[in-house]
Amino acid sequence: MRLGKASLYTILVLYAIVTMIPFLWALSSSFKTLEEIVSGSMSFIPKDFTLDNYKQIFIEQELFPRWFMNSVIIAVTVTILNLMFNSMAGYALARLHFRGKRTIFMIVLAVLMIPAQVTMIPNYLILKQLGWLNSYQGMIVPAMVNATFIFMMRQFFINFPKELEEAAALDGLSRIGTFFRIVLPLARPALAAQAIFVFMGSWNDFMRPLIILSDPQLFTLPLGLNSFKGQYISYWNYIMAASMVFTMPVLVIYAFFNRYFVKGISFTGGK
Amino acid sequence: MFTRKRWREAGTAYTLLAPTLFVLLLFVIGPILFAIYLSFHKVQLLGTTSFQFVGFDNFTRILEDTRAKIALWNTVKYVAIVVPTQTMLALVLAATLNAGLKGEKFFRIVYFLPTLTSSAVLTLIFMWMYNQNGLVNHVLKFFGLPTYNWLGDPSVALNAIMIMNIWSTAPFFMVIYLAALQDIPDSLYEAAELDGANAWHKFWYVTVPYLKPVTSFVVIMGLIGTFQLFDQSYIFSGGSGGPNNATLTVVLLIYQYAFKSFGTMGYAAALAFALAIVILLATWLQRKFSKEESLY
Repeated sequence: MRLGKASLYTILVLYAIVTMIPFLWALSSSFKTLEEIVSGSMSFIPKDFTLDNYKQIFIEQELFPRWFMNSVIIAVTVTILNLMFNSMAGYALARLHFRGKRTIFMIVLAVLMIPAQVTMIPNYLILKQLGWLNSYQGMIVPAMVNATFIFMMRQFFINFPKELEEAAALDGLSRIGTFFRIVLPLARPALAAQAIFVFMGSWNDFMRPLIILSDPQLFTLPLGLNSFKGQYISYWNYIMAASMVFTMPVLVIYAFFNRYFVKGISFTGGK
Repeated sequence: MFTRKRWREAGTAYTLLAPTLFVLLLFVIGPILFAIYLSFHKVQLLGTTSFQFVGFDNFTRILEDTRAKIALWNTVKYVAIVVPTQTMLALVLAATLNAGLKGEKFFRIVYFLPTLTSSAVLTLIFMWMYNQNGLVNHVLKFFGLPTYNWLGDPSVALNAIMIMNIWSTAPFFMVIYLAALQDIPDSLYEAAELDGANAWHKFWYVTVPYLKPVTSFVVIMGLIGTFQLFDQSYIFSGGSGGPNNATLTVVLLIYQYAFKSFGTMGYAAALAFALAIVILLATWLQRKFSKEESLY
């Protein structure tokens, strides 16, 4: 039994090391001088510890703060709209009776199956026609609902106690009033899980901005980072510093909300 | 009175559904129909957009396109290696974490880091490690193993992406397994112990069969994800799919035909449909073989 426990710990620790090394290596490289990077030093502790790279990337590429802002604006707006609209749709599909409900639900399920590549090309042409290429709305509007989370919210509301809504109706609250004032506040755990996934999805998305945005002023972080890499391909100290700056916000969010992550994955996984 | 109430309820429902219906119609259902139209046309985007009907030309062209064959072969190879490996790794990690050891939470938080990090950042970190004079080669040399030109050698470039993506997606599926593992009743293990089962027997004869529906879900999610490999290939090769088409995937090829070369947008739409059919077929085959459908 002792031996069994020791070997289990060995697996866990080894894999933790395998997981951490790329991050630690990137972090240490971001504090190294270019000479040390070029020399091919394999030390995880920088020889001449420097913060210059973090200063320098903002001087070399004055668009970095702009890219950061773009990412924040788009990810936050997309998250708020998704929380509202997915919950509204999920609630209607779970609790209300109306003609066309089955059809709409089947369409939502079908959308889950369609790979994004099929709609990517026509979406580009539609956005072009609307004049929404290189704009925030082009990034936000097509992404403001998500079939996976409509489905998740529907499952959540189906198991929601009916009595609360009936009491609210007796108090003279309308259906929509009940939804916003009574139901939504009680759906907080499901909303938190959803918020994290939508935010991360938008923050980390590479393909949509690559297609929609060509003006560097409007780039989001992943896209900006990719173009930065193109310009400074051998300056790995800069590239790693930039990578670290852009990973921090998500790590901070994770540190605060990590219990919702697990819940959220079991939500989406348990369908 | 009754009908008025029903009307009002339908009105409420459609008000709540309005944003969803708007997006689905304009950016999903409309585009699917539009994509069908595109796949039968030659599209010119220069100046005024023009469409010229070409029948099935875009589809027959796939069969003659050597780059399409290379892309499909690369993608299939990638799927065939990554999906089983990441599924097994996820299961082993979840089972180990679930053994009731101290510090489970700490390990779970650490393991989950790659899932949080954007594909762009991860790819850049790995490109730096895969450098000819980089960390990976130094570690290999240290253990007396052969070193590679990971980024420049066509025979290993795709493997480099495979290793990276197994490393970064396995933890996500691990969490799904972990949730399911916690539902397995202890009585099953106790019964197995009475029959004289050791730890390995318990894992193989109790855990694995119990998790079959979850495994089926994990494999299908894995299939859908891996068939759509794009970000990593794009960043790795600067959008070219190189070296020598070694990292060219189907989605990268679709992107190139749609947005990087002129007059091939219709052909790209046809390729996208072909990919959708391949993904559907693969998930259908998976379901047929596993026969566990309780989860969907």
